[in-house]
Amino acid sequence: MENYISLFVKAVFIENLALSFFLGMCTFIAVSKKISTAMGLGVAVMVVQAITVPANNIVYHALLKEDALSWIGIKGVDLSFLALLSCIGMIAALVQILEMILDKFFPALYHALGVFLPLITVNCAILGGSLFMIERDYNFGESVTYGVGSGLGWALAITVMAGVREKLKYSDIPAGLQGLGITFITAGLMSLGFMAFSGIQL
Amino acid sequence: MSAILNDETKKVLVTPLVNDNPITLQVLGICSALAVTSQMSTSLIMALALTLVTACSSAAISAIRNHIPSSIRIIVQMTIIASLVIVVDQILKAFAYDVSKQLSVFVGLIITNCIVMGRAEGYAMKNPPLESFMDGIGNGLGYSLILIIVAFFRETLGSGKLLGIEVFKLVKDGGWYDPNGLMLLPPSAFFIIGLIIWGVRQWKPSQAEKVEYKIMSIAHGEGGHH
Repeated sequence: MENYISLFVKAVFIENLALSFFLGMCTFIAVSKKISTAMGLGVAVMVVQAITVPANNIVYHALLKEDALSWIGIKGVDLSFLALLSCIGMIAALVQILEMILDKFFPALYHALGVFLPLITVNCAILGGSLFMIERDYNFGESVTYGVGSGLGWALAITVMAGVREKLKYSDIPAGLQGLGITFITAGLMSLGFMAFSGIQL
Repeated sequence: MSAILNDETKKVLVTPLVNDNPITLQVLGICSALAVTSQMSTSLIMALALTLVTACSSAAISAIRNHIPSSIRIIVQMTIIASLVIVVDQILKAFAYDVSKQLSVFVGLIITNCIVMGRAEGYAMKNPPLESFMDGIGNGLGYSLILIIVAFFRETLGSGKLLGIEVFKLVKDGGWYDPNGLMLLPPSAFFIIGLIIWGVRQWKPSQAEKVEYKIMSIAHGEGGHH
């Protein structure tokens, strides 16, 4: 249990996907102008992340890993080079399915998240989460924890960023730094803040 | 040479360098630009890999653009890009194992790098293969340029080396330079890119963004009379 808690805290703060691995930066910069939209996207990323990381974990351990196919009698086959293709296919398919389920059963949520869902397929935070899961060789329980934690960390970062940017638009910024430039500097300062968590040992 | 490099080709090859740079203006492909730049060697490999993938995927997608039904085009593009990235990943693992370990997941993340998808969707779907290939190379070079600038500052200031060769002699080896550890940490990448963007936009004011809220300065003599 302690192992899971420490992994969770690590995924949310210390190894924050957005601020220390720079994943999902394009959407992080593009969709962080208003708190409400940022939060909507954050929740959507968290949900998708919590589903896709464990799903990719199952596929990887059951089909792709070295000798993983021994349960159907095929030995010595290593399909792990296909991991990239299977991960991105899995993500695209799951996002599509999630979109249909939401549309059918939770129309209110679908309308709130609708525009962001297709964006998520090409969000590198999602693919990055699955690839980190494979690289660090998480088991199923760990992959669930990591999926939820890293999604939450990303949602946290984009919401805070949107909060800062909402105030920032009233300030007097040099013309060339306006918009994208100052957003990068702000993200840098936030990332500096998150560095403070790196001393935590659990 | 001049037969290949006609005006259109030259245009798509040169404009992404500064005038329409994928990172500083189109805001694409930032993730990896920030993540791999703490060393020059990893940045160079990454830049090369991305340029090749963008060029080849643009050419391949453009070659079959008239046969892709538009409803499933994203999946088709994804598959082509993912296959090319797998090839690059395997080549790196075979011939440059150390670098591929350092780049870790970021080679795989070329798949979701917005530059590749963005060029496929924005240019290759409408233009013939050769121009698309050149457009891919051009955008890849624009990306490489930023990557190399950022890596140059981070590696020289952060560890006093460039491509592993000593530039500044460090204090701990009896030299004079005290390395700036911040440069090796994630925040510095944000700062450097922010400053590059500022520089480029100061140089080319047409790229600057519009202000949402204009701050009114109270003219002298008004406002003070109560």
